[in-house]
Amino acid sequence: MARRRAAFYWMTIPAVVLFFLFHTFPALQGVYYSFTNWNGFGDHYDFIGFKNYYYLFQDSNVWNAYGFTFKFAVVATIFINIISLLIALGLNASIKARNFFRAVYFLPNILSVLIVGYIFNYLFSNVFPIWGAHLGSDTLAGNILGNEKFAWLGVSFVAVWQGIAFNTILYLSGLQTIPTDIYEASNLDGASKWQEFWKITFPMIAPFFTINMVLAMKNSLMVFDLIVALTNGGPGRATQSISHLIYTGGFEGGEFAYQSANSVIYFIVIALISIIQIRFLQRRETDM
Amino acid sequence: MKVRGKTNWMVTIFIALGTLFILFPLYMAITISLKNQQDMLTSVFGLPTHWRFENFTEAIRMTNFFRAFGNSAFVTLATAVLTLLTNSLVAYAIARNMNHKFFKGLYFYFISAMFIPFPIIMLPIVKLTSAMGMTNLVGLTILHTVYGLAFNVFVYVGYIRSIPTALEEAARVDGASTWGTFWRIIFPLMMPINATVGILICLSTYNDFLLPLVIISDQSMYTLPLVQYIFQGQFNTEFNLAFASYLLAMLPMILVYVFAQKWIINGVTQGAVK
Repeated sequence: MARRRAAFYWMTIPAVVLFFLFHTFPALQGVYYSFTNWNGFGDHYDFIGFKNYYYLFQDSNVWNAYGFTFKFAVVATIFINIISLLIALGLNASIKARNFFRAVYFLPNILSVLIVGYIFNYLFSNVFPIWGAHLGSDTLAGNILGNEKFAWLGVSFVAVWQGIAFNTILYLSGLQTIPTDIYEASNLDGASKWQEFWKITFPMIAPFFTINMVLAMKNSLMVFDLIVALTNGGPGRATQSISHLIYTGGFEGGEFAYQSANSVIYFIVIALISIIQIRFLQRRETDM
Repeated sequence: MKVRGKTNWMVTIFIALGTLFILFPLYMAITISLKNQQDMLTSVFGLPTHWRFENFTEAIRMTNFFRAFGNSAFVTLATAVLTLLTNSLVAYAIARNMNHKFFKGLYFYFISAMFIPFPIIMLPIVKLTSAMGMTNLVGLTILHTVYGLAFNVFVYVGYIRSIPTALEEAARVDGASTWGTFWRIIFPLMMPINATVGILICLSTYNDFLLPLVIISDQSMYTLPLVQYIFQGQFNTEFNLAFASYLLAMLPMILVYVFAQKWIINGVTQGAVK
């Protein structure tokens, strides 16, 4: 027994060592730097306590980045979940060429976010305006990504286009766990399609709804590649996400310690949101 | 759903129309990559009048495509192998000792990393990797393996716990060691979940942009997404060349997908159910 335990301990060692060295240790270092004034390349720095945190709360760029990221994440999460649930319901119905359609809808998930961003960047500047002009709208006839007020909608649109793929597959796998005789029974009782969805389908896939909401929200809050490819944070700072701000400020702006403090706040925010989401959504699961 | 086997044409039509949203951007990418500058201006939506395959050869030359592809392929495959070997092992140890404080603690230690956003470690990790001489493809492989651990352990542990312990006990009675039991009995039984984890880690590693961006500075080690980033900055007016380059970067994954899509989708679905 003791020897068996020993073997189990040995099995964990490579993962624990690597994980501590390349994940936990840098994370702790990040927290440490957040209390200094290090610019990232010099030799000398001082310990300055909570000053970085104090200044963060007065930094309009930081507020702006959080504002954009949240607006974007909420909208993207809602649309991704509604649309992918609809598509999953469609793909689960008795339709022709079901496997072909499943393959097509999953396709965006295998593509690089960066490249998808570049392709849409072109579409926004050269193709969509042609349709916008036909519709007779001045806003749509221009490049929406260059519009300070609406650029975030363009970014959200692409995030939804790509994000749907993965969530659809998860919803589809949820739908397939529902036994079909429940529907036969509800048919006999004369339930309408609408009732059937809200009383049977949706409660049955509640755990999948939870995981999809949390994943979509977390991924959207961490958006980076898409911003680089579509707008690079612009116009102005209209679409600068939190990760993008930390990256540009930390590496190019000499704000290493300051952005480390921003990262710590960012971590707390993401962890809080994920926990609240899971709690709230799981309570719903058991209620239904 | 009411009557099994009878095609629901309404839904089929909606689903078919929906695929246009997916396929249109890809259609545009393919046609643009085959057009010349003239066509780009005169017919935005149409097929090319002259099929310019030279765009591709030109893009291969300008981006040094094969070198970048080699780098991406190396990092992707090495990460997949290393992930399957190390993550499954630690997940097995955890799954079989969940009643033990140390292993349970380890489980939550790993899982909690799922909520740590990459930027919090991004700045220190750059210092660390350069101090350790790890700003290369091997370093990239190790980092990808470590950052996938949280999610993979979560998926693996769920799966392993559903495997009955009877087989292992039988093997142990026959004198197999814990290691022997793992490699000869458990690891083969884990093939479905290994496939899922392998597919997901390949996709995320191959397409990853941020990690190579901060770690790799030597141009000869650029991965495909990094090359697109540099290329885009330098040639942002020659869209047909840029698009040829994007397609080349996506092509390997698309080819794998076309041949293995059923397997990939089932793999992902299975990983989700557990």
